[in-house]
Amino acid sequence: MAEFEFETEGVKKTFTFMNRKAPYGTIYALEVLETVLITAAFEQHANIVFVDDGVYQLKSGQDTAAINMKNFSPTYGIIEMEKEDADEDEDIDMNWRIIVEKESLEARGLTTDDFKVDVEVLSAAELADVIDASDCVIGG
Amino acid sequence: MKFGILINEGPFTHQASDSAYHFTKAALEKGHEVPRVFFYYDGVYNANKLSDPQADDRNVVKMWGELAAEKDVDLVVCVAAGMRRGIKEENLADGFRISGLGQLVEAGMGCDRLVMFGD
Amino acid sequence: MLHTVNKSPFDRNSMETCLRLAKKGSAILLIEDGVIAAMQGTIQSANIENATDAFDVFVMGPDLKARGLSEDNLIDGVKVVDYSGFVDLVEERGSVNAWL
Repeated sequence: MAEFEFETEGVKKTFTFMNRKAPYGTIYALEVLETVLITAAFEQHANIVFVDDGVYQLKSGQDTAAINMKNFSPTYGIIEMEKEDADEDEDIDMNWRIIVEKESLEARGLTTDDFKVDVEVLSAAELADVIDASDCVIGG
Repeated sequence: MKFGILINEGPFTHQASDSAYHFTKAALEKGHEVPRVFFYYDGVYNANKLSDPQADDRNVVKMWGELAAEKDVDLVVCVAAGMRRGIKEENLADGFRISGLGQLVEAGMGCDRLVMFGD
Repeated sequence: MLHTVNKSPFDRNSMETCLRLAKKGSAILLIEDGVIAAMQGTIQSANIENATDAFDVFVMGPDLKARGLSEDNLIDGVKVVDYSGFVDLVEERGSVNAWL
């Protein structure tokens, strides 16, 4: 069977990770997060975007004991650290943005005070430009 | 052009795998390359060799396997998503291989386009 | 960019979110159950009617046929493509964003 060898030396693309689902009701939040972490290993640029119910993924105070599911919200802190490390290290060429859509926040009565991590809040029009400039969009 | 394909859902329950299959076939017929199809989330179920649909319906698992054999398409099942869902070497259909999530990122980097099909 | 929408506007908000977050001038391709958004005479029709100025809107012919939906009933300005046309759109319109 085929096993394609890609030429990826020196390739730098911008991946947008589109998160539109709340956590725990489906697995998409967790499995997209796993892909984000792998993207760091390839030093690719990433927009980690939270729209619609995706904004709930960043909510602080998640307690999953009663539903017996793994609380993976600490992973967003790791994403934030990866971003900060890349921003501070001149030898790493990896631009990561953690972006929340303003309209999605407001529709749900949330503010950035509800979140575990620091985010950029962009309007739909601003976010449309960011998405449009990406090379690949991965979501779930 | 090189197209990478990402499939998020299993066969039959969603149309995603069928849509991806028809897109892939059309792309190959037009002379494009489809170097990798990556199966993630429930998409790993497309590689379940135990799938046994009714005789008068399409066999999605076999369709992918045959396409891979005819057109040399690399069908990759995510190891972590597969483990969660019980898709392992022992029940892996012909034409598929199991590998890491890095293969998806690589496809995004190395292809001209990445096209996602899901729920 | 090519945006694909695969769910009916009666089922999911992905059509609505797509229209809010797609940059003007993009292409939008309705596939699978998403083709329902392209039909005239529904309470959702105005969304696509209003979108055809800002976006190039396409609909998958095979998915219309499968659902017994007639091309004669499509909103004005929506163009029908098949899988070959889908491939052309991906080639011509840059990266793809699938709204699920």
